Amino acid sequence: MIPLPPVRRGKPVSQDGTTRGTPLIKRGFAHMLKGGVVMDVTTVEQAQIAEKAGAVSVMVLDKLPSDVRKAGGVARTASIKVISEIMESVTIPVMAKCRIGHVSEAQVLASADVDMIDESEVLTPADEKHHIWKWDHVTPFVNGARSLGEALRRIEEGASMIRTKGEPGTGNVAEAITHIKAVNAEIRQIGAVHADGDRQALIRASRELGASYELVEQTAELGRLPVVNFAAGGIATPADAAYLMSLGCDGIFVGSGIFKAEDALERAKAVVLATTYWRDEARVMEAQKMIDERSSIVGLDIASLEMRMQDRGDAS
Amino acid sequence: MLGTQGDVAENVAASRKALGGSGSAAPVWSAAEIDRVDALVIPGGESTTIGPLSELNGVLRAVQRRVESDAMPVLGICAGLVLLARSARDRVVGPGNETLGLLDVDVERNSFGRQSRSFEAAVSMPELGIREIVGAFIRAPTILRADSGVSILAKLGSKIVAVRQGPIIGVAFHPELAGAELHAGFASTIRASA
Repeated sequence: MIPLPPVRRGKPVSQDGTTRGTPLIKRGFAHMLKGGVVMDVTTVEQAQIAEKAGAVSVMVLDKLPSDVRKAGGVARTASIKVISEIMESVTIPVMAKCRIGHVSEAQVLASADVDMIDESEVLTPADEKHHIWKWDHVTPFVNGARSLGEALRRIEEGASMIRTKGEPGTGNVAEAITHIKAVNAEIRQIGAVHADGDRQALIRASRELGASYELVEQTAELGRLPVVNFAAGGIATPADAAYLMSLGCDGIFVGSGIFKAEDALERAKAVVLATTYWRDEARVMEAQKMIDERSSIVGLDIASLEMRMQDRGDAS
Repeated sequence: MLGTQGDVAENVAASRKALGGSGSAAPVWSAAEIDRVDALVIPGGESTTIGPLSELNGVLRAVQRRVESDAMPVLGICAGLVLLARSARDRVVGPGNETLGLLDVDVERNSFGRQSRSFEAAVSMPELGIREIVGAFIRAPTILRADSGVSILAKLGSKIVAVRQGPIIGVAFHPELAGAELHAGFASTIRASA
Protein backbone atom coordinates (compact mmCIF):
# COMPACT_ATOMS: atom_id res chain seq x y z
CA MET A 1 0.00 0.00 0.00
CA ILE A 2 1.37 3.42 -0.86
CA PRO A 3 0.56 6.55 1.16
CA LEU A 4 -2.28 8.62 -0.27
CA PRO A 5 -2.94 12.32 0.44
CA PRO A 6 -4.72 13.00 3.78
CA VAL A 7 -7.06 15.33 1.86
CA ARG A 8 -8.35 14.12 -1.50
CA ARG A 9 -7.95 16.77 -4.18
CA GLY A 10 -7.81 16.78 -7.96
CA LYS A 11 -10.01 15.90 -10.87
CA PRO A 12 -9.78 12.20 -11.70
CA VAL A 13 -11.33 11.20 -15.03
CA SER A 14 -13.74 8.25 -14.92
CA GLN A 15 -14.85 6.31 -17.98
CA ASP A 16 -16.15 2.75 -18.48
CA GLY A 17 -15.23 1.61 -14.99
CA THR A 18 -11.69 3.00 -15.17
CA THR A 19 -10.38 6.13 -13.42
CA ARG A 20 -7.32 8.08 -14.56
CA GLY A 21 -5.33 10.79 -12.76
CA THR A 22 -5.92 9.58 -9.20
CA PRO A 23 -3.18 10.04 -6.58
CA LEU A 24 -2.75 6.22 -6.57
CA ILE A 25 -2.00 6.21 -10.29
CA LYS A 26 0.13 9.37 -10.32
CA ARG A 27 2.18 8.49 -7.23
CA GLY A 28 2.24 4.83 -8.29
CA PHE A 29 4.00 5.81 -11.51
CA ALA A 30 6.88 7.28 -9.46
CA HIS A 31 7.06 4.08 -7.38
CA MET A 32 7.91 2.13 -10.55
CA LEU A 33 11.01 4.28 -11.05
CA LYS A 34 12.46 3.38 -7.65
CA GLY A 35 16.00 2.05 -7.56
CA GLY A 36 16.56 3.49 -11.02
CA VAL A 37 18.29 6.32 -12.85
CA VAL A 38 16.52 9.07 -14.82
CA MET A 39 18.85 10.66 -17.36
CA ASP A 40 18.75 14.16 -18.87
CA VAL A 41 18.84 14.02 -22.67
CA THR A 42 18.56 16.54 -25.49
CA THR A 43 18.42 14.25 -28.57
CA VAL A 44 16.96 10.94 -29.78
CA GLU A 45 20.46 9.48 -29.89
CA GLN A 46 21.12 10.34 -26.23
CA ALA A 47 17.73 8.90 -25.22
CA GLN A 48 18.56 5.63 -26.96
CA ILE A 49 21.94 5.49 -25.23
CA ALA A 50 20.19 6.09 -21.89
CA GLU A 51 17.67 3.31 -22.53
CA LYS A 52 20.40 0.91 -23.63
CA ALA A 53 22.36 1.72 -20.47
CA GLY A 54 19.36 0.71 -18.32
CA ALA A 55 17.86 4.12 -17.41
CA VAL A 56 14.30 3.85 -16.06
CA SER A 57 13.29 7.08 -17.77
CA VAL A 58 14.69 10.03 -19.72
CA MET A 59 14.18 13.74 -19.07
CA VAL A 60 14.09 15.88 -22.19
CA LEU A 61 15.67 19.33 -22.08
CA ASP A 62 16.57 21.89 -24.72
CA LYS A 63 20.03 22.26 -23.13
CA LEU A 64 21.77 20.24 -20.46
CA PRO A 65 21.96 22.20 -17.18
CA SER A 66 25.68 23.01 -17.57
CA ASP A 67 24.92 24.51 -20.99
CA VAL A 68 22.03 26.48 -19.49
CA ARG A 69 24.62 28.02 -17.15
CA LYS A 70 26.97 28.86 -20.01
CA ALA A 71 24.27 30.18 -22.34
CA GLY A 72 22.64 32.48 -19.79
CA GLY A 73 19.46 34.19 -20.97
CA VAL A 74 16.11 32.47 -20.54
CA ALA A 75 15.84 28.67 -20.42
CA ARG A 76 12.45 27.33 -21.56
CA THR A 77 10.85 23.92 -22.13
CA ALA A 78 12.29 21.76 -24.92
CA SER A 79 10.93 21.68 -28.48
CA ILE A 80 7.79 19.58 -28.71
CA LYS A 81 9.13 18.09 -31.94
CA VAL A 82 12.21 16.73 -30.14
CA ILE A 83 10.11 15.45 -27.22
CA SER A 84 7.74 13.63 -29.60
CA GLU A 85 10.59 12.08 -31.58
CA ILE A 86 12.11 10.77 -28.37
CA MET A 87 8.73 9.36 -27.25
CA GLU A 88 8.55 7.42 -30.51
CA SER A 89 12.05 5.98 -30.23
CA VAL A 90 12.32 4.62 -26.67
CA THR A 91 9.99 2.38 -24.64
CA ILE A 92 10.89 3.82 -21.23
CA PRO A 93 8.87 6.75 -19.84
CA VAL A 94 9.72 10.22 -21.12
CA MET A 95 9.67 13.26 -18.84
CA ALA A 96 10.16 16.92 -19.72
CA LYS A 97 10.80 20.08 -17.74
CA CYS A 98 8.59 23.15 -17.60
CA ARG A 99 9.36 26.49 -15.97
CA ILE A 100 8.29 26.97 -12.35
CA GLY A 101 4.80 28.43 -12.28
CA HIS A 102 4.32 28.31 -16.06
CA VAL A 103 0.82 26.81 -16.21
CA SER A 104 0.57 26.82 -20.01
CA GLU A 105 4.01 25.33 -20.61
CA ALA A 106 2.95 22.46 -18.33
CA GLN A 107 -0.34 22.14 -20.20
CA VAL A 108 1.53 21.92 -23.51
CA LEU A 109 3.73 19.12 -22.14
CA ALA A 110 0.66 17.29 -20.79
CA SER A 111 -1.01 17.58 -24.22
CA ALA A 112 2.17 16.32 -25.87
CA ASP A 113 1.60 13.29 -23.60
CA VAL A 114 4.88 13.16 -21.69
CA ASP A 115 4.75 10.66 -18.83
CA MET A 116 5.80 13.08 -16.08
CA ILE A 117 6.45 16.83 -15.88
CA ASP A 118 9.36 18.29 -13.90
CA GLU A 119 8.50 21.80 -12.69
CA SER A 120 12.15 22.69 -12.59
CA GLU A 121 14.50 25.36 -11.28
CA VAL A 122 16.91 24.46 -14.09
CA LEU A 123 14.67 26.52 -16.38
CA THR A 124 14.04 30.23 -15.77
CA PRO A 125 11.10 30.55 -13.36
CA ALA A 126 8.00 32.12 -14.89
CA ASP A 127 6.42 32.90 -11.52
CA GLU A 128 8.68 33.19 -8.47
CA LYS A 129 5.73 33.30 -6.08
CA HIS A 130 3.41 30.58 -7.31
CA HIS A 131 4.11 27.03 -8.32
CA ILE A 132 1.64 25.17 -10.56
CA TRP A 133 -1.44 23.66 -8.85
CA LYS A 134 -0.69 20.12 -9.85
CA TRP A 135 -3.62 18.16 -8.41
CA ASP A 136 -5.90 18.87 -11.34
CA HIS A 137 -3.54 17.38 -13.92
CA VAL A 138 -3.85 13.75 -14.99
CA THR A 139 -0.09 13.85 -15.73
CA PRO A 140 2.05 13.45 -12.60
CA PHE A 141 4.61 16.12 -11.60
CA VAL A 142 7.97 16.00 -9.87
CA ASN A 143 9.40 19.00 -8.00
CA GLY A 144 12.75 19.88 -6.43
CA ALA A 145 13.26 20.62 -2.73
CA ARG A 146 16.13 21.60 -0.43
CA SER A 147 14.31 21.08 2.87
CA LEU A 148 11.39 19.22 4.37
CA GLY A 149 9.19 22.33 4.36
CA GLU A 150 9.85 22.93 0.67
CA ALA A 151 9.14 19.24 -0.12
CA LEU A 152 5.87 19.24 1.81
CA ARG A 153 4.71 22.49 0.22
CA ARG A 154 5.25 20.96 -3.21
CA ILE A 155 3.43 17.77 -2.20
CA GLU A 156 0.59 19.90 -0.92
CA GLU A 157 0.38 21.54 -4.37
CA GLY A 158 0.02 18.06 -5.88
CA ALA A 159 3.58 16.91 -6.66
CA SER A 160 3.60 13.10 -7.03
CA MET A 161 7.36 12.84 -6.57
CA ILE A 162 10.14 14.92 -5.00
CA ARG A 163 13.83 15.22 -5.85
CA THR A 164 16.57 17.15 -4.15
CA LYS A 165 17.46 20.35 -5.96
CA GLY A 166 21.19 19.98 -5.50
CA GLU A 167 23.01 22.41 -7.74
CA PRO A 168 22.37 21.38 -11.34
CA GLY A 169 24.99 21.54 -14.05
CA THR A 170 27.96 21.73 -11.69
CA GLY A 171 29.14 18.13 -11.50
CA ASN A 172 29.34 18.91 -7.78
CA VAL A 173 27.32 16.53 -5.62
CA ALA A 174 27.77 18.49 -2.38
CA GLU A 175 24.47 20.35 -2.50
CA ALA A 176 22.41 17.23 -3.23
CA ILE A 177 24.03 15.58 -0.21
CA THR A 178 23.28 18.64 1.94
CA HIS A 179 19.65 18.68 0.81
CA ILE A 180 18.87 15.01 1.42
CA LYS A 181 20.57 15.13 4.81
CA ALA A 182 18.55 18.22 5.72
CA VAL A 183 15.28 16.51 4.74
CA ASN A 184 16.23 13.34 6.64
CA ALA A 185 17.19 15.31 9.77
CA GLU A 186 13.94 17.27 9.75
CA ILE A 187 11.90 14.07 9.32
CA ARG A 188 13.73 12.56 12.31
CA GLN A 189 12.86 15.66 14.33
CA ILE A 190 9.12 15.58 13.60
CA GLY A 191 9.21 11.80 14.05
CA ALA A 192 10.54 12.27 17.57
CA VAL A 193 7.89 14.89 18.35
CA HIS A 194 5.22 12.56 17.00
CA ALA A 195 6.56 9.62 19.01
CA ASP A 196 6.32 11.79 22.13
CA GLY A 197 2.63 12.28 21.36
CA ASP A 198 3.09 16.05 21.63
CA ARG A 199 0.41 17.31 19.25
CA GLN A 200 0.93 20.96 20.17
CA ALA A 201 4.60 20.72 19.24
CA LEU A 202 3.67 18.96 15.99
CA ILE A 203 1.25 21.71 14.99
CA ARG A 204 3.93 24.33 15.77
CA ALA A 205 6.33 22.34 13.59
CA SER A 206 3.78 22.29 10.76
CA ARG A 207 3.47 26.10 10.94
CA GLU A 208 7.25 26.43 10.75
CA LEU A 209 7.37 24.01 7.82
CA GLY A 210 4.61 25.92 6.03
CA ALA A 211 2.59 22.74 5.49
CA SER A 212 -0.67 21.33 6.83
CA TYR A 213 -0.78 19.49 10.15
CA GLU A 214 -2.25 16.41 8.44
CA LEU A 215 0.62 16.12 5.96
CA VAL A 216 3.24 16.72 8.66
CA GLU A 217 1.60 14.09 10.87
CA GLN A 218 1.52 11.58 7.99
CA THR A 219 5.20 12.22 7.22
CA ALA A 220 6.14 11.87 10.90
CA GLU A 221 4.24 8.57 11.12
CA LEU A 222 5.84 7.20 7.95
CA GLY A 223 9.33 8.38 8.91
CA ARG A 224 9.85 9.42 5.28
CA LEU A 225 8.24 11.60 2.63
CA PRO A 226 4.84 10.22 1.57
CA VAL A 227 5.96 10.29 -2.08
CA VAL A 228 8.99 8.84 -3.85
CA ASN A 229 12.12 10.95 -3.25
CA PHE A 230 15.05 10.96 -5.71
CA ALA A 231 18.45 12.64 -5.57
CA ALA A 232 19.30 15.22 -8.23
CA GLY A 233 21.71 18.04 -8.95
CA GLY A 234 25.42 17.61 -9.59
CA ILE A 235 25.68 13.80 -9.72
CA ALA A 236 28.62 12.85 -11.97
CA THR A 237 30.03 9.46 -10.97
CA PRO A 238 28.87 5.96 -9.88
CA ALA A 239 30.19 6.65 -6.38
CA ASP A 240 28.09 9.85 -6.21
CA ALA A 241 24.98 7.79 -7.05
CA ALA A 242 25.83 5.00 -4.60
CA TYR A 243 26.39 7.45 -1.75
CA LEU A 244 23.05 9.21 -2.32
CA MET A 245 21.25 5.84 -2.45
CA SER A 246 22.86 4.96 0.89
CA LEU A 247 21.43 8.18 2.36
CA GLY A 248 17.93 6.86 1.69
CA CYS A 249 17.18 8.32 -1.75
CA ASP A 250 14.76 6.18 -3.78
CA GLY A 251 16.66 6.73 -7.03
CA ILE A 252 18.82 9.13 -9.02
CA PHE A 253 18.46 11.88 -11.62
CA VAL A 254 21.63 12.51 -13.62
CA GLY A 255 21.79 15.69 -15.65
CA SER A 256 24.95 17.00 -17.24
CA GLY A 257 27.01 14.30 -15.50
CA ILE A 258 26.57 11.76 -18.30
CA PHE A 259 26.26 13.53 -21.61
CA LYS A 260 28.76 16.25 -20.69
CA ALA A 261 31.31 13.53 -19.96
CA GLU A 262 33.47 12.12 -22.75
CA ASP A 263 32.51 8.51 -22.00
CA ALA A 264 28.71 8.83 -22.04
CA LEU A 265 27.57 5.22 -22.72
CA GLU A 266 30.05 3.62 -20.32
CA ARG A 267 29.32 6.24 -17.68
CA ALA A 268 25.56 5.84 -18.10
CA LYS A 269 25.90 2.07 -17.62
CA ALA A 270 28.21 2.59 -14.65
CA VAL A 271 25.86 5.00 -12.86
CA VAL A 272 22.95 2.56 -13.36
CA LEU A 273 25.06 -0.33 -12.04
CA ALA A 274 26.09 1.61 -8.93
CA THR A 275 22.50 2.74 -8.30
CA THR A 276 21.11 -0.79 -8.61
CA TYR A 277 23.80 -2.47 -6.54
CA TRP A 278 24.76 0.36 -4.15
CA ARG A 279 24.70 -2.10 -1.24
CA ASP A 280 27.41 -4.21 -2.93
CA GLU A 281 30.83 -2.54 -2.53
CA ALA A 282 32.46 -4.76 -5.17
CA ARG A 283 29.81 -3.79 -7.75
CA VAL A 284 30.22 -0.08 -6.97
CA MET A 285 33.97 -0.40 -7.40
CA GLU A 286 33.40 -2.26 -10.68
CA ALA A 287 31.12 0.59 -11.78
CA GLN A 288 33.61 3.26 -10.77
CA LYS A 289 36.29 1.38 -12.73
CA MET A 290 34.17 1.67 -15.88
CA ILE A 291 34.68 5.44 -15.94
CA ASP A 292 37.80 7.54 -16.33
CA GLU A 293 38.00 10.58 -14.04
CA ARG A 294 39.83 12.44 -16.81
CA SER A 295 36.57 12.17 -18.83
CA SER A 296 34.31 13.53 -16.06
CA ILE A 297 32.48 16.82 -16.38
CA VAL A 298 34.74 19.59 -15.08
CA GLY A 299 33.13 20.48 -11.76
CA LEU A 300 32.18 23.93 -10.52
CA ASP A 301 32.73 25.24 -7.02
CA ILE A 302 29.36 26.18 -5.54
CA ALA A 303 30.75 29.29 -3.78
CA SER A 304 31.92 30.81 -7.06
CA LEU A 305 28.65 30.34 -8.98
CA GLU A 306 27.08 33.39 -10.54
CA MET A 307 23.68 31.68 -10.66
CA ARG A 308 22.38 29.37 -7.94
CA MET A 309 19.53 27.42 -9.56
CA GLN A 310 18.50 25.95 -6.22
CA ASP A 311 17.44 29.39 -4.95
CA ARG A 312 14.83 29.69 -7.70
CA GLY A 313 11.18 29.04 -6.80
CA ASP A 314 9.69 28.56 -3.34
CA ALA A 315 9.30 32.20 -2.36
CA SER A 316 6.44 31.12 -0.07
CA MET B 1 11.12 -10.18 -4.02
CA LEU B 2 13.57 -9.64 -6.84
CA GLY B 3 15.28 -6.47 -5.57
CA THR B 4 16.89 -5.19 -8.76
CA GLN B 5 14.61 -2.23 -9.48
CA GLY B 6 11.01 -1.08 -9.05
CA ASP B 7 8.51 -1.09 -6.21
CA VAL B 8 10.31 -3.77 -4.21
CA ALA B 9 9.51 -2.39 -0.74
CA GLU B 10 5.80 -2.20 -1.55
CA ASN B 11 5.79 -5.88 -2.57
CA VAL B 12 7.73 -6.86 0.55
CA ALA B 13 5.11 -5.05 2.67
CA ALA B 14 2.18 -6.65 0.82
CA SER B 15 3.79 -10.11 1.08
CA ARG B 16 4.45 -9.74 4.80
CA LYS B 17 0.85 -8.69 5.35
CA ALA B 18 -0.38 -11.65 3.29
CA LEU B 19 1.85 -14.16 5.06
CA GLY B 20 1.07 -12.93 8.55
CA GLY B 21 3.37 -14.82 10.88
CA SER B 22 3.55 -17.87 8.61
CA GLY B 23 6.55 -16.89 6.54
CA SER B 24 9.02 -14.16 5.73
CA ALA B 25 9.53 -11.86 2.74
CA ALA B 26 12.69 -10.01 1.74
CA PRO B 27 14.44 -8.62 -1.33
CA VAL B 28 16.95 -10.85 -3.14
CA TRP B 29 19.64 -9.87 -5.64
CA SER B 30 21.74 -12.92 -6.42
CA ALA B 31 21.42 -16.37 -8.01
CA ALA B 32 22.51 -17.94 -4.70
CA GLU B 33 19.59 -16.25 -2.93
CA ILE B 34 17.17 -17.34 -5.66
CA ASP B 35 18.28 -20.91 -4.97
CA ARG B 36 17.21 -20.60 -1.33
CA VAL B 37 13.71 -19.06 -1.58
CA ASP B 38 10.41 -20.99 -1.66
CA ALA B 39 8.78 -18.54 -4.05
CA LEU B 40 9.61 -15.34 -5.91
CA VAL B 41 7.82 -12.09 -6.72
CA ILE B 42 9.17 -10.11 -9.68
CA PRO B 43 7.85 -6.61 -8.97
CA GLY B 44 6.87 -3.79 -11.27
CA GLY B 45 9.44 -1.37 -12.63
CA GLU B 46 11.08 -1.04 -16.02
CA SER B 47 11.61 -4.39 -17.73
CA THR B 48 14.45 -2.92 -19.85
CA THR B 49 16.26 -2.09 -16.59
CA ILE B 50 15.33 -5.14 -14.48
CA GLY B 51 16.12 -7.73 -17.17
CA PRO B 52 19.73 -6.89 -18.12
CA LEU B 53 20.70 -5.71 -14.60
CA SER B 54 19.39 -8.90 -12.98
CA GLU B 55 21.17 -11.04 -15.52
CA LEU B 56 24.52 -9.55 -14.43
CA ASN B 57 24.06 -11.60 -11.25
CA GLY B 58 22.80 -14.66 -13.13
CA VAL B 59 19.43 -14.16 -11.49
CA LEU B 60 17.18 -14.81 -14.48
CA ARG B 61 18.90 -18.08 -15.34
CA ALA B 62 18.52 -19.11 -11.71
CA VAL B 63 14.78 -18.33 -11.85
CA GLN B 64 14.44 -20.41 -15.01
CA ARG B 65 16.32 -23.31 -13.41
CA ARG B 66 14.23 -23.22 -10.22
CA VAL B 67 10.94 -23.14 -12.14
CA GLU B 68 11.95 -25.96 -14.46
CA SER B 69 13.59 -28.18 -11.82
CA ASP B 70 11.30 -27.77 -8.80
CA ALA B 71 8.32 -25.72 -9.97
CA MET B 72 9.12 -22.67 -7.82
CA PRO B 73 6.02 -20.44 -7.64
CA VAL B 74 6.59 -17.03 -9.26
CA LEU B 75 4.35 -13.97 -9.26
CA GLY B 76 5.24 -11.54 -12.03
CA ILE B 77 3.77 -8.04 -11.81
CA CYS B 78 3.70 -5.68 -14.81
CA ALA B 79 7.42 -5.62 -15.75
CA GLY B 80 7.61 -9.03 -14.03
CA LEU B 81 4.91 -10.37 -16.37
CA VAL B 82 6.84 -8.97 -19.35
CA LEU B 83 10.01 -10.79 -18.23
CA LEU B 84 8.15 -14.10 -17.74
CA ALA B 85 6.41 -14.02 -21.11
CA ARG B 86 7.40 -15.91 -24.27
CA SER B 87 7.65 -12.64 -26.17
CA ALA B 88 7.07 -8.95 -25.59
CA ARG B 89 6.75 -6.13 -28.05
CA ASP B 90 6.15 -2.45 -27.41
CA ARG B 91 2.97 -0.89 -28.80
CA VAL B 92 4.93 1.93 -30.46
CA VAL B 93 8.56 0.87 -30.73
CA GLY B 94 8.10 -2.84 -31.56
CA PRO B 95 10.12 -5.95 -30.60
CA GLY B 96 12.17 -5.73 -27.46
CA ASN B 97 14.65 -7.61 -25.27
CA GLU B 98 14.66 -11.38 -24.83
CA THR B 99 12.26 -12.72 -22.22
CA LEU B 100 12.27 -15.86 -20.07
CA GLY B 101 9.47 -17.76 -21.80
CA LEU B 102 8.18 -19.33 -18.60
CA LEU B 103 4.63 -18.26 -19.48
CA ASP B 104 3.31 -19.31 -22.89
CA VAL B 105 1.93 -15.87 -23.63
CA ASP B 106 2.75 -12.98 -25.95
CA VAL B 107 2.69 -9.61 -24.24
CA GLU B 108 2.23 -6.11 -25.57
CA ARG B 109 4.08 -3.50 -23.52
CA ASN B 110 2.48 -0.12 -22.76
CA SER B 111 -0.70 -1.62 -24.16
CA PHE B 112 -3.10 1.11 -23.02
CA GLY B 113 -0.69 3.92 -23.95
CA ARG B 114 1.46 6.34 -22.00
CA GLN B 115 1.08 7.44 -18.36
CA SER B 116 -1.87 9.75 -19.13
CA ARG B 117 -3.82 6.60 -20.08
CA SER B 118 -2.90 4.80 -16.84
CA PHE B 119 -5.89 4.06 -14.64
CA GLU B 120 -7.31 2.19 -11.70
CA ALA B 121 -10.09 -0.33 -12.15
CA ALA B 122 -11.82 -3.06 -10.19
CA VAL B 123 -10.46 -6.52 -11.00
CA SER B 124 -11.92 -9.83 -9.89
CA MET B 125 -10.09 -13.16 -9.89
CA PRO B 126 -12.52 -15.83 -8.66
CA GLU B 127 -9.98 -18.61 -9.25
CA LEU B 128 -7.77 -17.05 -6.56
CA GLY B 129 -10.75 -16.30 -4.30
CA ILE B 130 -10.55 -12.57 -5.07
CA ARG B 131 -13.95 -11.01 -5.48
CA GLU B 132 -12.80 -7.50 -6.25
CA ILE B 133 -9.60 -5.51 -5.77
CA VAL B 134 -8.32 -2.16 -6.99
CA GLY B 135 -5.91 -2.80 -9.84
CA ALA B 136 -3.50 0.01 -10.68
CA PHE B 137 -2.71 -0.20 -14.40
CA ILE B 138 0.40 1.95 -14.83
CA ARG B 139 1.72 2.03 -18.42
CA ALA B 140 0.49 -1.51 -18.19
CA PRO B 141 1.09 -4.37 -20.60
CA THR B 142 -1.64 -6.79 -21.70
CA ILE B 143 -1.58 -10.35 -22.90
CA LEU B 144 -2.29 -10.59 -26.62
CA ARG B 145 -2.20 -14.40 -26.92
CA ALA B 146 -2.24 -17.18 -24.34
CA ASP B 147 -1.68 -20.84 -25.27
CA SER B 148 -4.16 -23.53 -24.24
CA GLY B 149 -2.13 -24.52 -21.15
CA VAL B 150 -2.55 -21.04 -19.70
CA SER B 151 -5.62 -20.22 -17.62
CA ILE B 152 -6.98 -16.71 -17.81
CA LEU B 153 -7.50 -15.27 -14.33
CA ALA B 154 -8.85 -11.84 -15.27
CA LYS B 155 -9.88 -9.77 -18.25
CA LEU B 156 -10.59 -6.08 -18.59
CA GLY B 157 -13.06 -5.67 -21.40
CA SER B 158 -11.57 -7.84 -24.13
CA LYS B 159 -7.99 -7.60 -22.84
CA ILE B 160 -6.36 -10.38 -20.80
CA VAL B 161 -4.72 -8.86 -17.71
CA ALA B 162 -3.97 -11.84 -15.43
CA VAL B 163 -2.94 -15.44 -16.18
CA ARG B 164 -1.72 -18.57 -14.49
CA GLN B 165 0.31 -21.46 -15.83
CA GLY B 166 1.28 -24.12 -13.32
CA PRO B 167 3.12 -22.42 -10.46
CA ILE B 168 3.40 -19.09 -12.28
CA ILE B 169 1.02 -16.14 -12.01
CA GLY B 170 1.40 -13.08 -14.20
CA VAL B 171 -0.59 -9.86 -13.77
CA ALA B 172 -0.53 -6.71 -15.88
CA PHE B 173 -1.59 -4.40 -13.04
CA HIS B 174 -0.20 -3.50 -9.62
CA PRO B 175 -2.04 -5.24 -6.77
CA GLU B 176 0.61 -4.16 -4.21
CA LEU B 177 -0.09 -0.42 -4.40
CA ALA B 178 -3.59 -0.67 -2.94
CA GLY B 179 -3.73 -3.90 -0.92
CA ALA B 180 -2.40 -7.40 -0.23
CA GLU B 181 -5.22 -9.67 -1.46
CA LEU B 182 -3.43 -11.00 -4.53
CA HIS B 183 -0.32 -11.65 -2.45
CA ALA B 184 -2.54 -13.65 -0.09
CA GLY B 185 -3.79 -15.67 -3.08
CA PHE B 186 -0.18 -16.22 -4.14
CA ALA B 187 0.71 -17.31 -0.58
CA SER B 188 -2.02 -20.00 -0.82
CA THR B 189 -0.43 -21.18 -4.07
CA ILE B 190 2.93 -21.46 -2.31
CA ARG B 191 1.42 -23.46 0.57
CA ALA B 192 -0.42 -25.75 -1.86
CA SER B 193 2.80 -26.47 -3.76
CA ALA B 194 4.93 -27.03 -0.65
